[in-house]
Amino acid sequence: MTNTWMDLKNADLLIVMGGNPAEAHPCGFKWVIEAKVHRGAKLVVIDPRFTRTASVADFYCPIRQGTDIAFLSGVIKYLLDNDKIQHEYVKNFTNASLLVKENFGFEDGLFTGYDETKRDYDKASWSYQVGDDGYAKVDETLADPRCVINVLREHVKQYTPEFVERITGSPRAKFLKVCEMMAECSSPDKVMNSLYALGWTQHSSGSQNIRTMCIVQMLLGNMGVRGGGMNALRGHSNIQGLTDIGLLSNSMPGYLSLPVEAEATFDQYMSQRQFKPLRPNQMSYWQNYPKFYASLQKGMFGKAATPENNFAYDWLPKLDATYDILKAFELMQDGKMNGYICQGFNPLMSIPDKNKVRASLAKLKFLVTMDPLETETSRFWEDHGEFNPIDPSKVMTEVFQLPVTCFAEDEGSLANSARWLQWHWPAQDPPWESRTDIAIMSGIRSRMLALYEKEGGTFFDPIVNTYWPYLDPNEPTPDEVAREVNGYTLAPIKDPADPTKTIPAGKQLDGFGQLQADGSTLCGCWIYSGQYTEQGNAMARRITADPDSAGIAPNWAFAWPANRRILYNRASADTNGKPWDPERTLIKWNGAKWVGYDVPDYGLTVAPDKGMGPFILTEEGQARLWCRELMRDGPMPTHYEPFESPVVNIAFPKVRGNPAGRVFKDDWLRFGDAKDFPYAGTTYRLTEHFHYWTKHAKINAILQPEFFVEIGEELAKEKGVAKGDWVRVWSKRGSVKAVAVVTKRIKPLICDGKPVHVVGVPIHWGFIGETIMGHGANTLTPFVGDANTNTPEFKAFLVNLERTTAPAVA
Amino acid sequence: MNMVSRRGFIGGAAAGLAVTTLGAFGFGGAEQALAASVRPYKLSRTTETRNTCPYCSVSCGLLVYSLGDHSKNAKASVLHIEGDPDHPINRGTLCPKGAGLLDFVHAETRTKYPMYRKPGSDKLERVSWDWALDRIARLMKDDRDKNFVEKAANGTTVNRWLTTGMLCASASTNETAYITYKWARNMGMLALDNQARI
Amino acid sequence: MADYQSLDIIRRSASTEQPPRVRGGQEVAKLIDVSRCIGCKACQAACMEWNDLRQPVQTCQGNYTNPEDLSPSVWTLMRFTEYENPDGNLEWLIRKDGCMHCSDPGCLKACPSPGAIVQYENGIVDFISENCIGCTYCVKGCPFNIPRINPVDRKVYKCTLCVDRVAVGQAPACAKACPTACIMFGTKADMIVQAESRIADLNSRGFDKAGLYNPPGVGGTHVMYVLHHADNPRLYANLPQNPRISPIVALWKGGFKVVGLAGLALAAVGSFFHYVAAGPDETDSNDETVAFDMAHFEDDRNASEGRGNDVRPSH
Repeated sequence: MTNTWMDLKNADLLIVMGGNPAEAHPCGFKWVIEAKVHRGAKLVVIDPRFTRTASVADFYCPIRQGTDIAFLSGVIKYLLDNDKIQHEYVKNFTNASLLVKENFGFEDGLFTGYDETKRDYDKASWSYQVGDDGYAKVDETLADPRCVINVLREHVKQYTPEFVERITGSPRAKFLKVCEMMAECSSPDKVMNSLYALGWTQHSSGSQNIRTMCIVQMLLGNMGVRGGGMNALRGHSNIQGLTDIGLLSNSMPGYLSLPVEAEATFDQYMSQRQFKPLRPNQMSYWQNYPKFYASLQKGMFGKAATPENNFAYDWLPKLDATYDILKAFELMQDGKMNGYICQGFNPLMSIPDKNKVRASLAKLKFLVTMDPLETETSRFWEDHGEFNPIDPSKVMTEVFQLPVTCFAEDEGSLANSARWLQWHWPAQDPPWESRTDIAIMSGIRSRMLALYEKEGGTFFDPIVNTYWPYLDPNEPTPDEVAREVNGYTLAPIKDPADPTKTIPAGKQLDGFGQLQADGSTLCGCWIYSGQYTEQGNAMARRITADPDSAGIAPNWAFAWPANRRILYNRASADTNGKPWDPERTLIKWNGAKWVGYDVPDYGLTVAPDKGMGPFILTEEGQARLWCRELMRDGPMPTHYEPFESPVVNIAFPKVRGNPAGRVFKDDWLRFGDAKDFPYAGTTYRLTEHFHYWTKHAKINAILQPEFFVEIGEELAKEKGVAKGDWVRVWSKRGSVKAVAVVTKRIKPLICDGKPVHVVGVPIHWGFIGETIMGHGANTLTPFVGDANTNTPEFKAFLVNLERTTAPAVA
Repeated sequence: MNMVSRRGFIGGAAAGLAVTTLGAFGFGGAEQALAASVRPYKLSRTTETRNTCPYCSVSCGLLVYSLGDHSKNAKASVLHIEGDPDHPINRGTLCPKGAGLLDFVHAETRTKYPMYRKPGSDKLERVSWDWALDRIARLMKDDRDKNFVEKAANGTTVNRWLTTGMLCASASTNETAYITYKWARNMGMLALDNQARI
Repeated sequence: MADYQSLDIIRRSASTEQPPRVRGGQEVAKLIDVSRCIGCKACQAACMEWNDLRQPVQTCQGNYTNPEDLSPSVWTLMRFTEYENPDGNLEWLIRKDGCMHCSDPGCLKACPSPGAIVQYENGIVDFISENCIGCTYCVKGCPFNIPRINPVDRKVYKCTLCVDRVAVGQAPACAKACPTACIMFGTKADMIVQAESRIADLNSRGFDKAGLYNPPGVGGTHVMYVLHHADNPRLYANLPQNPRISPIVALWKGGFKVVGLAGLALAAVGSFFHYVAAGPDETDSNDETVAFDMAHFEDDRNASEGRGNDVRPSH
């Protein structure tokens, strides 16, 4: 989230598209209700299903899953055609006026540079025209046809309301009503808020779904302001934190990136991470990359990371491919993955194409699960009839199921979707023989160290030199680790805030502004710096005060970065530093510095007339309507159909799916087409459950006991299905049986004149726990990833459906 | 409540019922009939601990109530969980998942002991922690020793280990995450991912 | 053993002698604003958790209402209704069902067992299980079809409005948990004021029939609803349009009681001796009591008016 949960109450219009917060985030959704009740705000829901969020919406517009980009491109066209944009914001705070290279183009659904064999682009043309001064060229008048805004205008011109309706199935009148409501928010005193979650990410064009709404929000001038922003509501309690800490295959803590194989030397690595400003006077904050990197590597390797060895650059594993989850299971299937550790993760239920996942797990030599609950994954080898058909005697995998403490027994911080780091304390002793994850990994580590010492082994320098300064090496305490993540001085440093002062060695850092590139500071995750200073653990702060009820609560816990609650908050004020809407002041220029409710996302004393843009992380200093080479599948969003779609792409009939979407060779054969699988399937969570955990909790099992699918009355009638009947739903990859919920909340969508029936498949049931045994929804879903993130396309696929009888009880 | 007190309670209730009914006929004072009081408040003598809901990313504040004072013979055990009214986001509320957390903490299917399944076996068997960790360390080291790649074909130092992977828990703490990163990445592991990808 | 005054009891079942009113405290009420209910069932979860209730896990019946019905261990239940309004737009009407804590409680009036049902001065109507004889008259007396008998212990159960929490100044578990503050709790007077502002907001959004459900036929309730369609409460899973206490209960109050009570008293003595002799696990003699009750009152079941369970919502 760019903003806070409470800040939702400051919105005038709340757009829920690609999410269902009433269902998935009820306690955060209260702030939407607050906006409605106390501000008179309007709530709009755009979703294939009439959801629980829709049940309290002021306006509901149906849409076929996987067509959000077409819908929002239509909105962009509407805003541009009707001049409903916030001009001063767009001109100054976005890259609207920058000139795009002449040889950049778009034709038949493809941008310039496409290589069909690689399913990837050569992005050389995806950049700005650069002047002799090294900066991007601009045309302040916006007249040049190569101005970003004009390239964008050209790109969306085909998305007329008629065309949008043909693709999306959203009735034209409803689409236009949404456009009108959004357009009102181009006025500086009206603010729109975008709330989304996995309904946007779990598509082969997931990242571009979000990009499209970003463009809308920039045109409306709603980024960085109270009540506005792009609010990724996110999933798990610490999914933000794990991503921040770099637990993704290509990441390092604080969004540094691992080297790729082509970056053989440290200089090559750094040359790709210079982040030189593209416009004069810009902060381009990523220029500090060397400081973040050196401080991180000191945390990883301590004394062994030196300026001479480029802070152990060679010890970083180098990528020759993306090793995301789908790739890991592909390797497993091919017999190239021997060991797998599942820490609080249940891939048998949560990775697409369950049959493939099960077969892949069976090829492992060993599987370790660390979880407070028994998982289907730890019992993937166990025969559960049609719910998990397998012959255990044929599975040679060694399986370890290790009992782990849960939240009630552990201590530490979690990062919520608004980037708050909040500390919690244990309420009970670990039950039975459960141990913390930290103790388990530390225990394995000390045993491996002993083995290396005793018998040697393959290149173990990085292992034996790992910085492990903890009092009990077999169980580092959360407090020790939190201090290290915040960072401290290793040698005396000059205080950047006051060069006359020296900060002695061994002091907790106040923030990432103090980081050094020479190895004199250590910091486990630069964006978290400030979480645990000499003043103590800021994450444990419980100061509830929220001046003027602004929705900021600035001293509750700690928000990264730098305790900033609303990102890009400099953009809440105009070019003179005056708030766009005085009623919604966030920060303002008082003649000497920036003051207000939040920590300024800007140089504290940089005057507005210095020409520095409000988006200080970007090289432009501006928000990007057109994002250069930064996305794999294009600098502007384009409508591509899901890989399995009930209709052809009427915009670009030759293109199947996202041209840069990642599909493994064998998985092409596991896609179905509309002839055999005529219905548009989609998966989702229900409010009563959380993924595959709450089926272990009796209360939640009582509230939603059994696997079901939802279909509209029209399809039910066609198939002779009554509510409560059993139906079989199958895709090219597998088949499930479920109880039918026949509902008025799903209606056929008329796409290009033809009705498309939606089949809704909630995800929560399995073969362990308190709920009735059920087939996993992932039996049906395709093994295909988003072009940028490789997030699987859980939200749009094809199925068929028929009436059947109850499954045999296993 | 243990068996003895349960039986005593029910027996007492039956006796009370008889007297009550007769009492209404005028065989005794009505006050005497009233065995009732306002229901006992179950949180007296509990310990209150601040925590955060482990489910979604709203991060609702929790008040966790437990019995037992952590003394040697009295392990603390959670008895009730409700929303923390001081928390700026949830302001004391909880959704049906959070409101049911007690049943996650005490789920029948919580993992209790280290369990091991032999190749080809149809069951998990209880093992000691030492045995399990020794065996895992052995398997990991053997796999790493055998398959670690120091140099790519073109001679570039790559130092990667691709044959063992890990999925990390996005409900674990940042401190756990950091230790996980340090532990796995420093061994050279690349297939390291978390639920954010999903 | 508490006394009446300290408990603020103003009424108790089957008692000619009613406690003195000495405090003059305020009435409390739960206000359920259906228009901002998202049907998340947090109230159900919190109710189960606080009151230690766990219904056996059932199956999916093809709709979102789970469990299927109120029961001795389901004191509150979200009932889901899909309603297509005259404009052709869908409304998903979700109502939290449970005890309404009537000012004039039909259950209490029907109850033949002294002190088995009490009404506190703040309006809460509570069942005192140790006094309950399992006759189920309260079930018949309730115009909202709320109380449910537990066949194992032969006691009737329903929402207590978390009287234990309210007594220490906390909101009921459901109201506290409710993520959207659709369930509000406070003095009845305050809740009526709250309701007025909600109704004004709904009027401004085109719901010109929005209103408060506080039915006079039962003297008003201590659980009230804000409805978008107050003109037609039956839309909300058959919420009675004009609930009244069954005429049968009035008859009972008028003189039938003594006869009925004598029979029950004998049964109660029987079960007392049975408990002493055999312990609580045997239920035969209780079953006899049930048989007696059911035979005696079966005719009245259908005669009672305003019962909510005759027609269940379609989904």
